Amino acid sequence: MLTLAQQLWIGLTNGMVFALIALGYTMVYGILELINFAHGDLFMLASFLALTLVGLLGLATASGPVVVVGLLGVVLACAIFAALINRTVDRVVYRPLRNAPKLAPLVSAIGVSFVFQNLGLFWGGLPLDVMGGGLAAAAPKSFPDLIPSTNLLGDGAAFRITAKDLVVIGSSLCVMVALWLFVTRSRLGKAMRATAQNPLAARLMGIDVDRVISATFLIGGALAGFAAVIYGLYVNTIKFQDGYQNGLYAFTAAVLGGIGNIPGAVVGGLVIGIVRALSDQYIGAQWQQAVVFGMLIALLVFRPQGLLGANVREKV
Amino acid sequence: MLRVEQARAGYGAVEVLRGISLTVDEGEIVTLIGANGAGKTTTLHTLSGLVQLTGGRITFLGENIAGVPAHELVRRGLVHAPEGRKIFSRLTVLENLEMGAYTRRDPDGIARDLARVFELFPILAERRRQAGGTLSGGEQQMLAVGRAMMARPRLLLLDEPSLGLAPLIVARIFEVIRELSKSGVTILLVEQNARMALRLAHRGYVMETGAILLADAASALLENETVRAAYLGE
Ligand SMILES: Nc1ncnc2c1ncn2[C@@H]1O[C@H](COP(=O)(O)OP(=O)(O)OP(=O)(O)O)[C@@H](O)[C@H]1O
Ligand SMILES: [Mg+2]
Repeated sequence: MLTLAQQLWIGLTNGMVFALIALGYTMVYGILELINFAHGDLFMLASFLALTLVGLLGLATASGPVVVVGLLGVVLACAIFAALINRTVDRVVYRPLRNAPKLAPLVSAIGVSFVFQNLGLFWGGLPLDVMGGGLAAAAPKSFPDLIPSTNLLGDGAAFRITAKDLVVIGSSLCVMVALWLFVTRSRLGKAMRATAQNPLAARLMGIDVDRVISATFLIGGALAGFAAVIYGLYVNTIKFQDGYQNGLYAFTAAVLGGIGNIPGAVVGGLVIGIVRALSDQYIGAQWQQAVVFGMLIALLVFRPQGLLGANVREKV
Repeated sequence: MLRVEQARAGYGAVEVLRGISLTVDEGEIVTLIGANGAGKTTTLHTLSGLVQLTGGRITFLGENIAGVPAHELVRRGLVHAPEGRKIFSRLTVLENLEMGAYTRRDPDGIARDLARVFELFPILAERRRQAGGTLSGGEQQMLAVGRAMMARPRLLLLDEPSLGLAPLIVARIFEVIRELSKSGVTILLVEQNARMALRLAHRGYVMETGAILLADAASALLENETVRAAYLGE
């Protein structure tokens, strides 16, 4: 019983990262019907920036308060970095293909994904201490353990909850609530939802759809940047393929929740995190991907619109 | 208010509008009628900037508006309630109406207009928290008209507001159009229901395969032999 609870807890914590990345997939898909394959790799680049900044600021050996302030700065920098890159890619690569067949931007997104992975490889080979001195570009980089992972319930306790878990879950929840308030309450957020539902009508309301799309890429990118820092701190090792792997899980999460649906992406991310943890515990880690993607296939057969996918038909 | 001279437009290589000219003066209700596929919707789309003008001129309030993006035209008072309603199906009725007022920054004016929409269409007030997509066809049309009103139009383009609706609801919609007109909104109305449209309008244009066939006072068009035979089913 305790093992089950422990795995649920671990799954939940991991799921937060998937959920944050999934939001970026789902928001862009909602508006452009584009699966932004480069999104996971953007997350990876942001994690490399996070590691670089942590190294430059010397946070690994800094005192508690400095670490807190430093990490806030790193989060901010990574969010801004990923937001700007994401928007720039949209402007330069996707926007010119807005009226092209849907396959064109999709293939371009795959191309951008490869470009990002190679940038990650290049970055990993920079002669920096945190990158391992640039000797093995592709090797996993260790991310300093900045948040204590001692068990808050006491050393000998059977159930483990760490300060790190609480930071991951708490900060992710804050970000998600803020996003929710933004899309449901703010003028731009409502314009975003309106554009996702009916771009033509949105233009006729006076909404500048290009601006809304830019804002969507900015927000999706910022979420990935934030997730990257959280991920580095939680997993303590990053590598240039992380974007591909986590991106795939996050994309699955978005589809699972109902692609285009914002709460759906969060639910999907948490479900994937939990299923992964349970499968590791009860089936075996080598079956992880088979279980997760098997579940995705089953869901798509029985509930193609996803867990929370829209079921409202437009009346003609 | 609106002057269209020899406008040409189409989709890709296909030219749909082959040089049409029309005018709408301040305070008028003008109707544009014609058979299916004549190009009425394309005309409205061209006016509101959704379809690119490829030849000719369009001026609105004295300014050339060719190439002005659709969202900017709304700001200037040219508002288009499109064919098929195009409600935001997962936004609530209230949010749909708020979207109508997207370009405006006067909360008091918006609140007044919202009250007015609810007064004209009480059913929308009742359903304000309901998702737009769950409304009946008639209610959606009321919402589409209400949403357009929220933009404070100076010129309102209406594309087949009566399409597929029961006679009672059609009558209600037409009543509201008349009210809007009285309150100073200029209206360009595209309609299949030619008889009702011509009874409501001051002037009318008859369109056929991308060109204007006839232009006259609405009362004259109601008496016109061609119109009676082709569009009034007499
Ligand atoms: N998006 C489009 N792409 C290509 N051709 C189009 C498109 N929309 C309309 N057309 C063509 O343009 C012509 C005029 O269409 P339009 O919708 O303007 O007619 P309409 O007068 O509004 O007809 P209806 O009364 O059926 O609404 C038609 O031949 C139609 O096939
Ligand atoms: Mg039409």
